[in-house]
Amino acid sequence: MTLWFVFALMTVAAIFAVLWPLSRGVRPQSEGSEAAVYKDQLGEIDRDLASGLIGSSEAEAARVEISRRLLAARDSQDGPPVASSAKLRRSAAILALVGLPIMALAIYLPLGSPRLGDFPLAQRARAPDAAQPFENMVAQVEAHLEKNPTDGRGWNVLAPVLARLGRFEEAARAYRNSITYNGDSSERRSDLGEALAAAAGGVVTAEAKAEFERAVALNADEVKASYFLGLAAEQDGRGSEAASIWRAMLAKAPPDAPWRPLVQAALARVGGAPVPPPGAPAPVLSNEAMAAAKDMSEADRGDMIRGMVERLATRLKQNGDDVEGWLRLVRAYMVMGDRDKARSALGDARQAVANDAARLRQLNEGLKNLGLDG
Amino acid sequence: MIAESGHYALVLALALALIQSTVPILGARWRDPALMNVARATALAQLLFVAASFAALAALYITSDFSVVNVYENSHSTKPLLYKITGVWGNHEGSMLLWVSILALFGGLVAAFGNNLPLSLRAYVLAVQGWIASAFYLFILITSNPFLRIASPPIEGRDLNPVLQDIGLAVHPPMLYLGYVGFSISFAFAVAALLEGRIDAAWARWVRPWTLVAWIFLTLGIAMGSYWAYYELGWGGWWFWDPVENASLMPWLAGTALLHSAVVMEKRNALKVWTILLSILTFSLSLLGTFLVRSGVLTSVHAFATDPTRGVFILLILCIFIGGSLSLYAWRASALKQGGLFAPISREGALVLNNLFLTAACATVFIGTLYPLALEVLTGDKISVGAPFFNLTFGPLFLPLMIAVPFGPLLAWKRGDLLGAAQRLTAAGIAALLAVAMLWAWTRGGNAFAPLAIGLAVFVIAGALTDLTERTGLFRVPFATATRRARGLPRATWGSAFAHAGVGVALIGIVCETTWNSEYIGSMRPDDVAKIAGYELKLGDVTQRKGPNFSEMLARFAVSHDGERLGDMTPSKRNFSARSSSTTEAALLTRGASQLYVSLGETTADGAIAVRIYHKPLVLLIWWGPILMALGGVLSLSDRRLRVGAPKPAKSLRGLQAAE
Repeated sequence: MTLWFVFALMTVAAIFAVLWPLSRGVRPQSEGSEAAVYKDQLGEIDRDLASGLIGSSEAEAARVEISRRLLAARDSQDGPPVASSAKLRRSAAILALVGLPIMALAIYLPLGSPRLGDFPLAQRARAPDAAQPFENMVAQVEAHLEKNPTDGRGWNVLAPVLARLGRFEEAARAYRNSITYNGDSSERRSDLGEALAAAAGGVVTAEAKAEFERAVALNADEVKASYFLGLAAEQDGRGSEAASIWRAMLAKAPPDAPWRPLVQAALARVGGAPVPPPGAPAPVLSNEAMAAAKDMSEADRGDMIRGMVERLATRLKQNGDDVEGWLRLVRAYMVMGDRDKARSALGDARQAVANDAARLRQLNEGLKNLGLDG
Repeated sequence: MIAESGHYALVLALALALIQSTVPILGARWRDPALMNVARATALAQLLFVAASFAALAALYITSDFSVVNVYENSHSTKPLLYKITGVWGNHEGSMLLWVSILALFGGLVAAFGNNLPLSLRAYVLAVQGWIASAFYLFILITSNPFLRIASPPIEGRDLNPVLQDIGLAVHPPMLYLGYVGFSISFAFAVAALLEGRIDAAWARWVRPWTLVAWIFLTLGIAMGSYWAYYELGWGGWWFWDPVENASLMPWLAGTALLHSAVVMEKRNALKVWTILLSILTFSLSLLGTFLVRSGVLTSVHAFATDPTRGVFILLILCIFIGGSLSLYAWRASALKQGGLFAPISREGALVLNNLFLTAACATVFIGTLYPLALEVLTGDKISVGAPFFNLTFGPLFLPLMIAVPFGPLLAWKRGDLLGAAQRLTAAGIAALLAVAMLWAWTRGGNAFAPLAIGLAVFVIAGALTDLTERTGLFRVPFATATRRARGLPRATWGSAFAHAGVGVALIGIVCETTWNSEYIGSMRPDDVAKIAGYELKLGDVTQRKGPNFSEMLARFAVSHDGERLGDMTPSKRNFSARSSSTTEAALLTRGASQLYVSLGETTADGAIAVRIYHKPLVLLIWWGPILMALGGVLSLSDRRLRVGAPKPAKSLRGLQAAE
């Protein structure tokens, strides 16, 4: 409402500016004229003559010339007398009173956004808006990091978000900062490489490749880095090298690795033979868990493994459809030397998938590979 | 509320401008003083509303209100306050708002201080101003509105182009626009004279201060822009014959011609029709300059296609104002009373010569700038017209002009005495020849042209001094008398002497810089030493530093000359994260009028930095010259003496001369 009040005041001021001169009577105006200029010029000549700037004969010649102009100006000034027409004034006043506001509104309304208040930044920072778009929060984190560039945790949070938003170059910068302040790791290196490759439109550039190589040097089993190194080889036209990298990955990979189809598709692309799921016992544990287990004492490691196996068993009891899971559980019990538990698990598995012929066949084949029959 | 009020104020300014462009003309037709006075009130009110609108936009920038598209696109919350303010005109929309603000300022000044004008002339002048203003308000509101809003404002802006984040932006565009827009007043006076069908010597007297103000600002604006390019772009160049620069040079050349022809008109009531034409052309070139730069036509002709409404609107404004005023001129000019005739050898004759050369020079720049554009539009071929073209065309036109400059002020009105003027210039000529001879001896085997050009510049400067000594009678009359005369001398005389000397000073700078400039380009590591023109620059440490919205790499050079330590130079490279772009900040070390110039290039992988070092002898004269010219303009502006061409008798000899 205040806004419309301000608009109204401004409009009134504008109208007043037009009406004011119209309202004033036709009193004699102090009007400049050419004659005044020439009279000034004549006075100037006298002053110049007095101060010795020009000679008397020059001054006389100039005076004659200016006087001629002065006379001409006097003649031309006798134009039509100053007249005032009330009708004209009235129409001008109506133009100002009616035309001006209509014109102003007709132009402003389609262009302006009178419902929108101001959003000075200082005010907005005080009252964070819950409904802020996601980009704004990102911008806030960015602003925070701009001020505290050594906040490693912040870079860690920001980098993947930026990558998801498609701001790959900034993501790469964020990963670099994360490496600087959080320390080097194979994951960060390969994420950095991925961001660099994405920034280059999916091409694994030399810069990106260097990052993947560093990642692999830090951890030979770094999946993402290995995949991209294969991709780099493929893009360089060395299909067989790519195939061998990917084949090695698949050979080492757990059968349920989520990236398996991706790598297999890539392998098929370069014409490599698909690698069947490993017949050899696949590890129960993920790479990370195995790596963690390496550093533990014998007893601790046993505890950890038992804990994981029990979690797997509980999960399978609730949802028995997972044939691979059953096979892993059975194999785990056998590895732990607990044949009884292995057998009972086998029984449970059979029961769980009994209604599904395809799963049952899969289970039996898996069991054959484990050396356990019927 | 600030944003919307600013927006509405701009709309009201448009409404007022429309009234200002119609009602006073009717008033002048029917000689109704009240209607004519509407022009004055609306011009002042318009100034008030545009100023409010501009202040609103500035406030939005200062408070970082990113709900305004223009602020979001060109500002950043961490930008220093100065650049938040200058950022207002660091973009298309904002600069157009600055343009109309200055237009309204000039209109308001005419309204406030135009009491010495006949009522009808003032009404016509302000009405023509109203037309220009209306066209620009419409252009801004429809195609380049700085007050458009975003409903869900982003939290951070996109920042201003880093190259523009410099004190230069605070000074250069306002100066340049004061110059460009100032010529709109002489344009309005010219069109008013054509509409009224009446023109005489008094007209020139009334226009003169406005033309002079515009010319002073344009001179300073161009010089400032050139210095800015020199230290910010990192290449050490100060004039590139770049279309954008040419666009500002053309109105300057035409405006300089106008300034001189208006003097003839004021004093001798001659050259009236020509002066009117020059007024129209000067402002037309200013319009062209504004638009060529603003519309992006110069970067590519196809910029029109990217924003068709804007391009079409621009073309429309140019056609209406340039075409319209020239048609009016063709229609009405023959009805104007012609002025008196004069002899070729006279002050008037010299000024006509000046006009011929200046307009010819302006025409060459015009062709060199627009021909490539026209060719691209017509045939699609891209050609570039660069320094060689301008050096071959502009140079030969300017040199004879420079020779003529000292003669002009020494010739009398009506009938001049060329031989007498030449005699009085003997001392200046001898000084010039001495300078040439000394330079030839000193730079044996070097560029033969440079000493000649410097001799010419010395001739111009000495000629300006000769004019002053002749008028004060220095060396001929007692010193006390001479000083008394010097005080009594019209300020305009001092002004023209300063301005002419400024041209000579700038020429010396230009010749020295281009001829004896030395450069070192190489990659350096810490503790490396570069030697250039007797200076030794040792690269110290290279450090990183964090600025408010950038991070920068600073290199410290210890400078010494013949073993004497002179100080440190710290050029830097700044990296602006918001736009992920970088700028070079050159370091300058000034010794007299000469400068050492260091700018940094890329860092190589092994830790070396590419460095460009220039030694530029007397380079500062290039900018001191225009400052001197502008000072001359200010002196001339402060002259209250009304100019009258006091003719000298044909046989005026020494005796009378002394009495002058």
